[in-house]
Amino acid sequence: MSKAPLSARIYLFVMFVVLYAPIFYLIFYSFNSGGTMNSFESFTLEHYAAVFEDTRLLVIVINTVIIALLSGLISTIIGTLGAIGIVSIRNRKLRSTILSLNNVLIVSPDVVIGASFLILFTLIGVQLGFASVLISHVAFSIPIVVLMVLPKLLEMNPNLIDAALDLGASRRDVLTRVVIPYIQPGIFAGFFLALTYSLDDFAVTFFVTGNGFSTLSVEIYSMARVGISLTINAISGLVFVVTVLIVLGYYFFANRAKTNGVGVFR
Amino acid sequence: MPIRSRGSLIPYVVWIVLFVIAPIALVVYYSLLDLHGQFTWHNYRAFFSAAYLKMTLTSFWYAFLITFFTLLIAYPTAYLLTKTKHKRLWLVFIIIPSWINLLLKTYAFIGIFAMYGPVSAVLGVFGMEPVQILFTDFSFIFVAVYIFIPFMILPIFNALDKLDPTLVDAARDLGASGWTTFRRVIFPLTIEGVKSGIQVTFIPALSLFMITRLIAGNQVITLGTAIEQQFLVAQNWGMGSTIAVFLILFMVLVMVVTGSNGSGMRGDRVK
Repeated sequence: MSKAPLSARIYLFVMFVVLYAPIFYLIFYSFNSGGTMNSFESFTLEHYAAVFEDTRLLVIVINTVIIALLSGLISTIIGTLGAIGIVSIRNRKLRSTILSLNNVLIVSPDVVIGASFLILFTLIGVQLGFASVLISHVAFSIPIVVLMVLPKLLEMNPNLIDAALDLGASRRDVLTRVVIPYIQPGIFAGFFLALTYSLDDFAVTFFVTGNGFSTLSVEIYSMARVGISLTINAISGLVFVVTVLIVLGYYFFANRAKTNGVGVFR
Repeated sequence: MPIRSRGSLIPYVVWIVLFVIAPIALVVYYSLLDLHGQFTWHNYRAFFSAAYLKMTLTSFWYAFLITFFTLLIAYPTAYLLTKTKHKRLWLVFIIIPSWINLLLKTYAFIGIFAMYGPVSAVLGVFGMEPVQILFTDFSFIFVAVYIFIPFMILPIFNALDKLDPTLVDAARDLGASGWTTFRRVIFPLTIEGVKSGIQVTFIPALSLFMITRLIAGNQVITLGTAIEQQFLVAQNWGMGSTIAVFLILFMVLVMVVTGSNGSGMRGDRVK
């Protein structure tokens, strides 16, 4: 391909600038000793210090991370088992019905998910707080895990399983030594996506969180409603670094899993 | 068929019943209740009153504008990305901002569009008075488009990436102009990506409530804001559920029109 015309490169360049500008704008002013996002007075780390001194905020961060890891783990287990189960369904109609039901929560607007879960939890008596938030996050992450694992299961050569069985493997061995290693990249992808769904969720959590419990998104929302606070900017600086690390980690794992797969299975 | 493992389906099926079927059933049930838990059609009558119809139309109009501008900006970006040398790498760079917490990105615009913020300052250079950009329709649509762009780029990029380049060469060899090639060959062959992109933009745009509250003040009322208002402020779950029922119906309609079961949306979701 020859070099792209100048106008094309300018367009892409402007897109990148526009997409990143708000993020760097936030991070830039997180080092501002003045209290605003308009005029930069002098360099300071006081807003970062404020984040680490604020125990309430730290508790919220820990809550957010715990919810993300737990919901990621639980939804990955249920989703992976579900995908394995779906593949074993022979009835085509039943299978496609289940897949449609699977996608309902992916396409539903978050407000609707949040509102309907609020009704559900109130009705069956789940206290609003840690439990309700965790259950909701597990619930909306399961379908994405299924969607990530399913293609791996479908592309798997059934002869592999027959071979393992012929060679004397038990059903359990087949699952843990053949199926799971094969679909591992899908499981990883599902887990990472579940993690990001949970970390990023605002609307559903906002509905089902009670008074005493908060996650980072909900906390930022209530802070931002009050007005500008450079503590939020410091949080964005930290979140940006963590996010980039997670993205890089994800691509590292995804690529490694891919090359491993090639080495072992082809 | 890998292994017979019906047992592994049990937790998954419990999930479907409890968190997919039950919530929808509950929303429909609650939409038929008044404030005292008595059966009523009142909520549905209220939805067809002038005030709610107007709100629904505004919500659709905003969602349409947001989707339109997002597509207008995202399609050329996706197209140009496929022409770059390390397109996968550039794609990752385009996608990274979409992984940053949504609340933080929205919050940034509170500063950017503020009365004495950078945009105002730039306009000041051209001799304009400081203006309040925040809490206007423009700021709302701009921020929403900003948020949705990466999610629109992704499916279109994938569609363009799969496009066989020899078809484009063939069209050009047969004398089609650049525009004709685009209109008759490239665009029709990537329409599936565009449809997925419209899905991931239009439905969330109808139900936005966080951006509305933070960026548009309380001016723009979308279906999402109305649901949040009814559930968490007015505590009128019946009316809130009725609006939710219609939002679900609109969602189904959009999916029928764009003709997909939503599997094109995997991995991309906007709150």
